[in-house]
Amino acid sequence: MEPQTIIARRIARELSPGMLVNLGIGIPTQVANHVPAGMHVFFQSENGLIGTGSVAEEGMAHPTLTDAAGRPVTALPGASAFDSAMSFGLIRGGHLDLTVLGGLQVDQSGLLANWTIPNKMVPGMGGAMDLVAGANRVIVAMQHVAKGGSKIVKKCTLPITSTRPVDLVVTELAVIKFSEGKAILLETGPRISPAQVVAATEAELVLPSHIPEMPP
Amino acid sequence: MHTISLDQSVRLIPDGASLMIGGFLGVGTPEDIIDEIVRQKKRDLTVIANDTATPDRGIGKLVQAKLLRKVVVSHIGLNPETQRQMMTGELEVELVPQGTLIERIRAAGCGLGGILTQTGIGTPVETGKQRIEVDGKAYLLEIALRADFALVQAFIADYLGNLSYALTARNFNPVIAMAAGTVIVSADNIVPVGVISPDHVVTPAPIVDYLIANP
Repeated sequence: MEPQTIIARRIARELSPGMLVNLGIGIPTQVANHVPAGMHVFFQSENGLIGTGSVAEEGMAHPTLTDAAGRPVTALPGASAFDSAMSFGLIRGGHLDLTVLGGLQVDQSGLLANWTIPNKMVPGMGGAMDLVAGANRVIVAMQHVAKGGSKIVKKCTLPITSTRPVDLVVTELAVIKFSEGKAILLETGPRISPAQVVAATEAELVLPSHIPEMPP
Repeated sequence: MHTISLDQSVRLIPDGASLMIGGFLGVGTPEDIIDEIVRQKKRDLTVIANDTATPDRGIGKLVQAKLLRKVVVSHIGLNPETQRQMMTGELEVELVPQGTLIERIRAAGCGLGGILTQTGIGTPVETGKQRIEVDGKAYLLEIALRADFALVQAFIADYLGNLSYALTARNFNPVIAMAAGTVIVSADNIVPVGVISPDHVVTPAPIVDYLIANP
């Protein structure tokens, strides 16, 4: 299975009926493909939509119905549209149950860096800082290692997105929970041992006595 | 409210003006006004908006034509030309978290001096800003943001200037309409008064200064 699929499928298990959820660009978007059939979840696009559906079929796109990446999407029955002030009021005001974002680095206290690599990649933070500061629960979806280095580090070397620690990181190798400044290895990826996760991780991990593999 | 031609509406804008422009990656941006600004070669403009779209679309065309002195936006990631001009110093880019940006605009439009938000605390966004504690929680003071003009894209306008919007083309539009000295509206459809039900008016007519007439 592709690393992205492992990650998206595992995060989909964190959803429950009726939740309001914001999915970031990249791997997070794929979480929507793994929602159990029959479960109704409200997906928000921060450009002003609740009830965001799949990408519009060829010939069905409408120029005023797009997601936060600008792609033409569909709206599900029960969808609602609103302006950006309302959209970010939902995000900061305690109304957003869950945000799933990509990451460049997460450190062992759960701080996330995901918006810039100074002098190299300066796209702007968009809604990321509001989402991490404001959502009730924050999950980071990212590959465990990039360019040979662990993305789960002792301390972020890149500028952080928020001083609010994330709750969970899901990679193709591990599910890691952050609690009281500690990184706890909850699960490993399919056919991955805890020792392999530790070897691929720069941050110090707390290892509980029982660490199951991600459910299939 | 006055109706106005596209050409005349852009003649109202002097070089050096500040413009709030609706749109999210070009969706909900008044392309006709943008094209006319490029045609009339307005210079030294400051643009306050969500993003600079892509080089061939919306605000991206103003960047491409080098008509801007400064942009205040949350995202430039899909416009390599904005990034290039920022790196060479041709264009000043102030990056603001999206929720903070829209709320600063909303504050200005609602007569508030600013807002308090937890977004950006402890990040480079905090630099130069005041921290204020309320009930034991720290917030950043983010000050209100106004502009000389708001360039608004509506889905429906009636003859009086009442406006409604379509789906995700709404985004910044109704908020900027409250926060600028002069509000210029380009509408996809212009309809008789009464066609928009009072409950479905999002921007009330007295807010609108100019509605661009059909050519």
